[in-house]
Amino acid sequence: MLHIVNKSPYQTRNLESCLRLAKAGSAILLIEDGVYAATRDNIAAAGVKAALGSVSVYALSPDVEARGVNNLLLDGVKLVDYGGFVDLVAEHANTQSWL
Amino acid sequence: MSFEINGKTYETDEEGYLINLSEWDEEAAKYLAKEEKVDMTDNHWEVINFLREYYNDYQIAPAIRVLTKAIGKKLGPEKGSNKYLYELFPYGPAKQACKIAGLPKPTGCI
Amino acid sequence: MTESTGGIEVEEETAGRVKKFMFVNRKAPYGTIYALEGLEVVLISAAFDQDVSLAFVDDGVYELVKGQATKGIDVKNFSPTYRALEGYDIEKLYVDAESLKARGLTEENLIVPVEVLSNEEMADLMAAQDVVISF
Repeated sequence: MLHIVNKSPYQTRNLESCLRLAKAGSAILLIEDGVYAATRDNIAAAGVKAALGSVSVYALSPDVEARGVNNLLLDGVKLVDYGGFVDLVAEHANTQSWL
Repeated sequence: MSFEINGKTYETDEEGYLINLSEWDEEAAKYLAKEEKVDMTDNHWEVINFLREYYNDYQIAPAIRVLTKAIGKKLGPEKGSNKYLYELFPYGPAKQACKIAGLPKPTGCI
Repeated sequence: MTESTGGIEVEEETAGRVKKFMFVNRKAPYGTIYALEGLEVVLISAAFDQDVSLAFVDDGVYELVKGQATKGIDVKNFSPTYRALEGYDIEKLYVDAESLKARGLTEENLIVPVEVLSNEEMADLMAAQDVVISF
């Protein structure tokens, strides 16, 4: 399953819920303000870091660049462009958007 | 709305401001100046170019007070006055000059 | 005096007195329209010659992160506009230290010079305002 999170981890608890309910082997794609969760040295990083052992975490690069956080990304988070976004959706049997 | 010069089309909003800043060129400026009944001189161009640089740096069209101060700083105190700018652009420097420079209407400009 | 409604009250006895306005920015720049709208209100407020200050709290600190490049999302990058505030005589920019730290950011990551405040300092400053408008 592909999970998509688009809210800042500081504004809602969507990411926490997603991390709690994402099965091992699933993928999480961070988009829009969700990409802030892909940055390091912050209070959201621990949860994402812990999840990296069992799930793949992706961040949408145009959203990362827009927010100026390219240099602050956590190791292990993979960047994808819009084409990569489409590929992820196509590769997974189903998708859940944590709106 | 739009106007056309030499086969190139420029889109404008209902008040005549260019919609795409990147479409602006000197020909468009001359057309917009004519519409505003402004005869462009070097002094006019100086203000237009200043505005475009300002927009490029800050992504906004400056309020008149800010424009006056910034022009005074860059081009000398005799040019950094409302009187000087209103002589060049009688219907409001912020409004008219911004339009000719292809900038959006300044924030807070009524 | 009337009860504070958070609105702008111009009474005869107070009209003309410069008031202390604080705009509190608490949202990240592109996910919602709040940050941009807040900035526009700040620019307009400059025309009224009041004592204006800006506070950046919670995700609002992300508004000031340097190196924003929005071409890929086709949205205007308005972060350079914070650098124009000085020309509008808006020079009091305060950032909440705790919000910066929680996000792994430091002053070095910001596009404009700011004053970083402790909880207590920020609380005192907020309490000292006539009007606080939050975005």
